[in-house]
Amino acid sequence: MTFDEEYYNIGYLDRLSYQDTFVHNLDPRVKLITTMLFLFAVVSFPKYEIVALFPFFLFPVLLLTIGEIPLLFILKKVALVSPFAVFIGIFNPLLDPVQVTVLPGLTLSAGWFSFCSILLKFLLTVSTALLLIATTSFPGVCHALRQIGVPSLFVSQLLFLYRYLFVLAEESMRIIRARDMRSYGRRGTGVKVFVRIVGMLFLRTIERAERVYYAMLSRGFQGDMPALRNFRITAADLAFTASVMGCLYLFRFYPVSEKLGLFAQGLF
Amino acid sequence: MSHHIIDFKNVFFHYPDGTEALRDISFRITHGESVGIIGANGSGKSTLLLHMNGCLMPSSGTVNIGDLYLTKKTRQEIRRSVGVIFQNPDDQLFMPTVYDDVAFCPRNLGLDEDAVRQRVHDALSLVNGLELQDKPPHHLSGGQKSSVAIASVMAVEPDILAMDEPAANLDPKSRRLLINMLKTFHHSKIIASHDLDLILDVCRRCIVIKDGTVVADGPSTEILSNRALLEENNLELPLSLQRS
Amino acid sequence: MHMADALLSPAVGTTMWAGSVAALGYSSRKLKENIDNQMIPLMGVMGAFIFAAQMINFTIPGTGSSGHLGGGMILAVILGPYAAFLVMASVLTVQALFFADGGLLALGCNIWNMGVYPCFVAYPLIYKPIAGDGTSARRMSIAAIISVLVALQLGPFSVVLETLLSGKSELPFSTFILFMQPIHLAIGLVEGVVTAGVIRYVKNARPEILQSSGAFRPLDTGISVRKVLAFFVIIALITGGALSWFASTHPDGLEWSIEKITGREELAVQERGIAPVLNKIQEKTAFLPDYTFRPAVTGDPEAGNGPAWPSIEAGTSVAGIVGSAMVLGLVLLTGIGVRSFKRR
Ligand SMILES: Nc1ncnc2c1ncn2[C@@H]1O[C@H](COP(=O)(O)OP(=O)(O)OP(=O)(O)O)[C@@H](O)[C@H]1O
Ligand SMILES: [Mg+2]
Repeated sequence: MTFDEEYYNIGYLDRLSYQDTFVHNLDPRVKLITTMLFLFAVVSFPKYEIVALFPFFLFPVLLLTIGEIPLLFILKKVALVSPFAVFIGIFNPLLDPVQVTVLPGLTLSAGWFSFCSILLKFLLTVSTALLLIATTSFPGVCHALRQIGVPSLFVSQLLFLYRYLFVLAEESMRIIRARDMRSYGRRGTGVKVFVRIVGMLFLRTIERAERVYYAMLSRGFQGDMPALRNFRITAADLAFTASVMGCLYLFRFYPVSEKLGLFAQGLF
Repeated sequence: MSHHIIDFKNVFFHYPDGTEALRDISFRITHGESVGIIGANGSGKSTLLLHMNGCLMPSSGTVNIGDLYLTKKTRQEIRRSVGVIFQNPDDQLFMPTVYDDVAFCPRNLGLDEDAVRQRVHDALSLVNGLELQDKPPHHLSGGQKSSVAIASVMAVEPDILAMDEPAANLDPKSRRLLINMLKTFHHSKIIASHDLDLILDVCRRCIVIKDGTVVADGPSTEILSNRALLEENNLELPLSLQRS
Repeated sequence: MHMADALLSPAVGTTMWAGSVAALGYSSRKLKENIDNQMIPLMGVMGAFIFAAQMINFTIPGTGSSGHLGGGMILAVILGPYAAFLVMASVLTVQALFFADGGLLALGCNIWNMGVYPCFVAYPLIYKPIAGDGTSARRMSIAAIISVLVALQLGPFSVVLETLLSGKSELPFSTFILFMQPIHLAIGLVEGVVTAGVIRYVKNARPEILQSSGAFRPLDTGISVRKVLAFFVIIALITGGALSWFASTHPDGLEWSIEKITGREELAVQERGIAPVLNKIQEKTAFLPDYTFRPAVTGDPEAGNGPAWPSIEAGTSVAGIVGSAMVLGLVLLTGIGVRSFKRR
């Protein structure tokens, strides 16, 4: 991915997070905690589990649709980060050759199951993590962290990082465009050029930090970042949490897919 | 402070890398005066403004704000009465949302959240920016950023206002709004700008600096119609005076 | 290389989170004690810098690795280890959120792998002794390259351990190591050279930043080699303990054996402590088509609170497949339903 694409990508994700829908309006703490529980539940399945994972798709699908997030965008981002997990998982079918009969006449090595399980878990965890930020503005996440009790020094790091991410990314984009414009096709991407660009960016950053510090001083900063807005838990938040936790519990400890399958078989 | 006097006496300043940015600057601005500071790029305007509330301390010479002599100890107090708006709104707006940014100072003053909300509301309506309050600064246009930067300083209700290029990114309507706002601000104000029409409109008095020293100081109408002086400082006659 | 949620078991994820949270708490406290206020915006903006610089990065072909600028080392040199660690952690957090690099559970691992090693191992143990007082540019460059190399060997080594301890991958330890370490030797070399280059660039252009960094980094001398070693011994003991506990209770632990696939695991061994609970959870859910290796549950594990688990019959594969298809269909329908409802 080129720099521009990558930049517009986060920019887009960021923009999505400022929409006004039911999930966007939920308390960030609630979304953070339910997402963590969700991830935990998914990851806690043993390595060969496949069938029991499917019901969990309900959560990301609901976030996606209610939050009005474009599906393709999320899928693309998931695909982008997949290489490592896929790479590690792809060896399982080779290394775990115990044969398993799925249906009469269809035999697969057990490794395929663990591989599929990794892929499913990957899809679930990554899409849900992305949906968390697509439905909760980053400052919202930070407010939540602060209210949960994360040290304010760390939270203020996150806030500054978020604030200046876009400023600096735009600055580096300008530098890179200038470089590409002057390197006439011979892509000036060698280490030497890279070092100079990074060095220049670094110095500008130091100077910027100085000016930001002056701005903060001018507005009464004396070492403590002021507390942020407090969110209040509403009935909708409670209902959301309760239903998500109920579903997670059900999906985790009760074989929903299997039961449904048995039920369907019973019908025919 | 009842009288908002700014008094610079023989101020010198050099940056750590040795650049002599201010050389022997002296002037006195009395209560309620509006002063424009003009000069070429790199003449030292921004550096001068950073001295107004002790972000930078003079290498030698003295700065007095009201009846306070600027030292490391007094600068906290001075900062409460002097609002400085920086040249680049991206440096000024360091909080992740407009609301948090405008609320930064009131919160630092220890106001409770209701009072903070009121201040934010007032300051943002002053610049016509109420609907921006939940946005992150990087979603704002350049001009909106400048407006919010102004609001973030106005939220402190300063006694003295120092602005560095306040109108740089503003469209004509927002610029007009800013000019009207400045005209209703009755305390002392200092505006460094290349926008000479704005200076002419808002400031009675004008100081020209060149290479860190004051080369002219007088009524705006006089200085801003002095073509030779202006051209010597990489400036041009204000548009409104060019026709005549 | 970012660890991923999908490869992680809850036990390993939690352990690594605990380690990283401890390091975060410790660094925050250390910093708070005597921080120069100017550091606060500087750290934040530096994080944005690392983030932006990583976006410019050249990818190292064929590895699927995003070939990061070893931000940790540059930060440690400029800001000192504690601040650098906090900045690294915030960069990784934002990456986990915005790029889904790794994931939220794996964030603990990633903070550990990419924050702790450069800031608390490579910097005090390698960079400082070699670079000395920072007057010799050559020594600084050598120090930067070696310390980045070391940090980038430790990180992937941890990734290997975390993956294998999680038991989701079948890769044998030796193969995995042989694959990861040499690649990261190459990556580390490139990053080391870049890091050295940037430090040198800064030293030439604004020497006072590195020199006056004494003011920036009041804590620089605070880390002694012995302290770091002691810290790591303790951490090693804790993680060792936690992991061995976990390995002994977790059926999918390090040792994967055929017996487990065929369902003949020795449950008797694990009927003590927290193990049964974990096992019960696993038993309830384990499903592999036609391998009805879910052992018969004897007795109710949940002592009194809540209803007993519904007893589960052996899943048959057909039911599993049919059921999964139905569930997916239902989920999709729900999604489409919500979408079309919203469109109206
Ligand atoms: N952080 C710094 N370190 C070193 N030198 C600096 C720094 N900031 C400014 N200078 C130098 O100080 C001098 C005055 O700069 P200053 O920013 O005050 O100019 P200015 O009048 O505001 O210019 P402009 O119209 O471009 O805003 C210039 O020569 C500049 O190069
Ligand atoms: Mg200026």
